[in-house]
Amino acid sequence: MVDHLSLFINSVFIGNILLAYFLGMCSFIAVSKNVETATGLGFAVIFVLTVTSPVNWLIYHGLLAPGALAWAGFPDLDLSFLKYITFIAVIAAIVQAVEMIIDRYSPLLYVTLGVFLPLIAVNCAILGTSLFMVERNYTFMESVIFGAGSGTGWMLAIVSMAAIRNKLKYADCPRGLEGFGITMIVAGLMAMTFMMFSGITL
Amino acid sequence: MLAEKDHFKEILIKGIWKENPVAYQVLGICSALAVTVKMSTAIVMGIALTIVTAFSSLIISSMRKHIPSNIRIIVELAVIASLVIVTDQILKAFLYDISKQLSIFVGLIITNCIVLGRAESFALANPPADSFVDGVANGIGYSLILVCVAFIRELLGSGKILGFNVIPGFLVDMGYQNMGLMVLAPGAFFIIGLLVWLKNNLPGVSHEEN
Repeated sequence: MVDHLSLFINSVFIGNILLAYFLGMCSFIAVSKNVETATGLGFAVIFVLTVTSPVNWLIYHGLLAPGALAWAGFPDLDLSFLKYITFIAVIAAIVQAVEMIIDRYSPLLYVTLGVFLPLIAVNCAILGTSLFMVERNYTFMESVIFGAGSGTGWMLAIVSMAAIRNKLKYADCPRGLEGFGITMIVAGLMAMTFMMFSGITL
Repeated sequence: MLAEKDHFKEILIKGIWKENPVAYQVLGICSALAVTVKMSTAIVMGIALTIVTAFSSLIISSMRKHIPSNIRIIVELAVIASLVIVTDQILKAFLYDISKQLSIFVGLIITNCIVLGRAESFALANPPADSFVDGVANGIGYSLILVCVAFIRELLGSGKILGFNVIPGFLVDMGYQNMGLMVLAPGAFFIIGLLVWLKNNLPGVSHEEN
């Protein structure tokens, strides 16, 4: 239990998927212009990550990992090279399914989240989390927590970025640095603050 | 024939410089930041991405009349993912150390916005040869930024260029120290931000719309 809590805190703060591993940068820059949309996208990412990470874990360890097909008579088969195409297909399918379910049962949520869902399918944070989960040999429970933690960390970063950019509109930036340039520098400063958490051990 | 050549040249210049994918279109920065601690990884990543973008544009463009538009994303992803698997296997076979250092970032070429972005915005509307050139151009434009950032980070962060020490010994004796910040994540953000600033102030470059 303590391990799981520390994994969660670790993936939210110290190993923040966006600021420490640079995943999901494209939508981070594109959608961080106002706080409401950033929050919407943030929740969508948390949700999709918490679902795709364990599903991909099951698929990887049940079908693709070396020796996983021993029950079917192929103990030497190693399909792990197929993980990229499988993961991206799973992610695209889940995003599509989530979109349809939300549309059916909660039109209100669909209106707020709907536009972001297709974007998420090609968000590197989602695929990256699944690949990290394989590379770091997490157990099933850990993969759920890692997914949720990464999503929370991503949302934290994008919402604070949106808030900062809101204030930045009134700042007097040097010519040529407005927009993308200053956003990257602010992201750098944010990454520095997040690094301070790395002294904390749980 | 001459007109054709000029045409390709224009696409090349556009992709490499005028509309550089990283600095102008803000695409593909995830990996641009992550693999630039050392120049060797940046170069390999640049080559891998150029190959994937070029061939995915070529393949998607030659299928463009047969792909139904509502499932085009999944078709594009399938093409890109297959190319990435091939690239990954080749890297593992011939450059095992570097492929270990790139870790998941080779796989993340799939979701790199440059590849999908070129497929969506160029390959679906242009003939295969043009798309191939466009893919190569954007790949080179991306690699250029990657190598610039990696050069600065490796030089300032660990005092090396391509793994060779370039800081003279007497400077170290006099108290020269490597800038630890450059090796860490924030250094990458700062350098990209400053490079964009520099690029926006160079003559003949279109400005980012605000």
